[in-house]
Amino acid sequence: MSADDQSAPREPSVDEHSVVLHDRGAAIEQSDAFENPGLPPHRPRQTDLHPHKERRAERQVVGWFLASMLGSVLAIVAYIAVPIELGNMASVRANNLFLGLAIALGLLGIGIGAMHWARQLMSSHEVVEERHLTRGSEPSRARAVEIFQLGDEESGFSRRSLIRNTLIGAIALVPLPAVVLFRDLAPQQDAVEAIAHTMWKPGTRLALDPSGAPIKATDVTMGSAFHVIPEDLTEIGHNEGYLDQKALAAVLLVRLPPEKLHEEPGREGWSYDGIVAYSKICTHVGCPVALYEQQTHHLLCPCHQSTFDVSRHARVVFGPAKRPLPQLPITVDADGYLVAQRDFTEPIGASFFERLHHIDPEHVPLTAAETETRA
Amino acid sequence: MTTTAPRTSFTAQASNYLDERTSISTMVAALGRKVFPDHWSFMLGEIILYSFVAILLSGTFLTFFFEPSMTAVHYEGSYVPLKGVEMSAAYASTLDLSFDIRGGLLMRQVHHWSALLFVAAIGLHMLRVFFTGAFRKPREINWVVGFILFILAMAEGFTGYSLPDDLLSGNGLAIINGMIKGIPLVGTWISYLLFGGIFPGDDIVPRLFVLHIMLLPALVIAFIGIHLVLMVVNKHTQFAGPGKTNDNVVGAPIMPLFAAKAGSFFFIVFGFLVAIGSTFTILPVWDFGPYDPSPVSAGTQPDWYIGFADGALRLAPGLESEIFGLTLSWNILLPIAVLGLFIVLVMFYPFIEAWITKDKREHHIAERPRNNPTRTGIGAAGVWFYAVLWAAASSDLIATHFHLNVFQVTWALQAALILGTIIVYWLTKRIALALQKKDREILLHGYESGNIRRLPGGEFIEVHEQLDEYSAWKLKAYESYAPVMVRPNAKGRITPATHLRAALSRWFFEDRIEPITRSEIEASKHDH
Repeated sequence: MSADDQSAPREPSVDEHSVVLHDRGAAIEQSDAFENPGLPPHRPRQTDLHPHKERRAERQVVGWFLASMLGSVLAIVAYIAVPIELGNMASVRANNLFLGLAIALGLLGIGIGAMHWARQLMSSHEVVEERHLTRGSEPSRARAVEIFQLGDEESGFSRRSLIRNTLIGAIALVPLPAVVLFRDLAPQQDAVEAIAHTMWKPGTRLALDPSGAPIKATDVTMGSAFHVIPEDLTEIGHNEGYLDQKALAAVLLVRLPPEKLHEEPGREGWSYDGIVAYSKICTHVGCPVALYEQQTHHLLCPCHQSTFDVSRHARVVFGPAKRPLPQLPITVDADGYLVAQRDFTEPIGASFFERLHHIDPEHVPLTAAETETRA
Repeated sequence: MTTTAPRTSFTAQASNYLDERTSISTMVAALGRKVFPDHWSFMLGEIILYSFVAILLSGTFLTFFFEPSMTAVHYEGSYVPLKGVEMSAAYASTLDLSFDIRGGLLMRQVHHWSALLFVAAIGLHMLRVFFTGAFRKPREINWVVGFILFILAMAEGFTGYSLPDDLLSGNGLAIINGMIKGIPLVGTWISYLLFGGIFPGDDIVPRLFVLHIMLLPALVIAFIGIHLVLMVVNKHTQFAGPGKTNDNVVGAPIMPLFAAKAGSFFFIVFGFLVAIGSTFTILPVWDFGPYDPSPVSAGTQPDWYIGFADGALRLAPGLESEIFGLTLSWNILLPIAVLGLFIVLVMFYPFIEAWITKDKREHHIAERPRNNPTRTGIGAAGVWFYAVLWAAASSDLIATHFHLNVFQVTWALQAALILGTIIVYWLTKRIALALQKKDREILLHGYESGNIRRLPGGEFIEVHEQLDEYSAWKLKAYESYAPVMVRPNAKGRITPATHLRAALSRWFFEDRIEPITRSEIEASKHDH
């Protein structure tokens, strides 16, 4: 105790830390543990014992380095001699293969040669280095404390508390403008408004994806499934938000035998002659629900296996999705083309916090608990 | 001036010139003969560093040709099946890079393979550090730094994967968009700001590009720097062995042996990656077509290291609640919470274990996993948990390949996630204890020599032979802990924390095999 006091007279906590440093905690101390036997005797390698093996290893190293030089030269040769002929896929493959293998030889030659050199020819005697505690020496720790104290005294950081506290307040506020600056990452429109509606309007014709050809009800044969977009989507250019609108409005159209179609009261009018249309965007996290199984009338999302029953208003049969796919109410126009009666009655795609604010009053929710029909 | 000899070589003159301007001799003197211990598992960390260099070099080449823009163009390159198709400039430039630029495909594939090796090596390196207890004092902070690098590597991987704007990467972004929207209160707005409006918008690729080539690499380089400096300060751990103690480092000096091995290993790793990049196709984006929100193919999967997150989404129950007119998507929040908890537990494990053992000493000996059975059990359970989530990301492929029902595969994986984790923990702990018993057995009674002798009476025995003292030391040299007692603190009170620590300590150390002592060996000799 007294020795410690002398070494660090102004810093009593140093002593405290030192005791803690050797605290074994719950480790068991063994009274008659074994002694470390020390380093085993050094075992010489074959190259240490036999000069001819040493010379052979030397030649091998040189051989690898020469192979590396050859590889680097070959890479340049390959770049020129195996060019890519535009439109010729075989030339792309050949260029990739020969150029890559030659560069690899250039690199591996250096690597293997140098590794062989290190392992066979460099001194293999093990070197022992002492460890020291990671923390600084006692004088430097004491000096560090002293420096901070001097810094505090000379600046008056602790003493002038008003200066210090206003500085902290100023530093806390200075990043705030950066937060505001990020608002214009997106357009001025309200985020929830932007994703709550699609471009389906009363009378919009259902058209084939991607050609945009309108679909006649009579063309939809029993059991077939169509990937559908609004007809006027094709008028939107790719640089004018085509994909954005498509991501909201994509629909899957299916025709079922009337006896297979189980429609809830209030939604009978949403289909036409066994033809039903549902949003193609999964209500889980928004993948396109693109796999239709004709036998079971199930729609399967390939991303996370949520499964929807098309014959029962796309109820969830399995998987992490909770809600049925939103149904697009459809009918036919005077020319027999399928048209939307209106937009979806609820936001499509993944759930979001404010989703329920945009449920249309005309929306007909499903009565029976969706979980009931789960497999 | 005085150090300059009359006839000096060019090297000496150059060294002197440099030292007089940089004091580099001080650094060489301090670090030049620094010792690095040798073990095959210490090479995993090197692979990370070298594959990162390969990533930087190949990635820089890619930036010269890649156009991070979602402006629609008509493809006019040499890949015939997509000729005239409308696509983003990002996707078109990726195709040009692959088919019209010599070495472009090679660099793309080297970049992707290096990225996969980078993340894989980080995972294995972390497992090595965890199972050997190399995260203990004084290396807890470096564990956290390394763990942040792991997260950054995944972020780099995801942002890079999303850049080509092909059908697969676009679907990955659609999933991210859906997950972000599931976050209460701010989710809708974060998604809106991130994508610059409605998904997919035309801002996400340039934004991810900036993250991928500037912000994230700068962070990765900074954290690698901190990681390496701390490694030099802490010195590397070594496995217990004859002559190796907690107070020394035994191994190869940097100059020349370690430098030669490390330097040559860099070329081997880089050469290996170029060889793979030239012979194995990876991510043929031209097969998928440009991004379109409507089509998607069966069997879609992210890169393997994102698989665990995708698997968590697949295994989650389909729950949502609607409270006060607001929607809470538990099918998204639950997996995020579980993964978040998993990450936090792994990141802070060193501090948890240190609190339980109350051990304040520095530890420089890498433990054999069997000598800390509970930790090894926890680690194995963590690996299992991660592996099941990862497997779940392929639940549909498992079903189609093995002709199973995808629903049943999902239920089986849900059960494996919860029950399997417990079973794996228990089993691993028992195996570790059994291995410790076997070590004891060998020390007490020798090892089976395979030499069968027939005694005069006709009895057959197998001769057991004793290990030499150097081999025996590896089996003897470890420390064991006893459970901490519930004791009142200085104020004479027993706090709930004390009870918790005692309970955790019992869980950790109640079942243990203590290191063999001299008296036990002596006693066993008298038995014979």
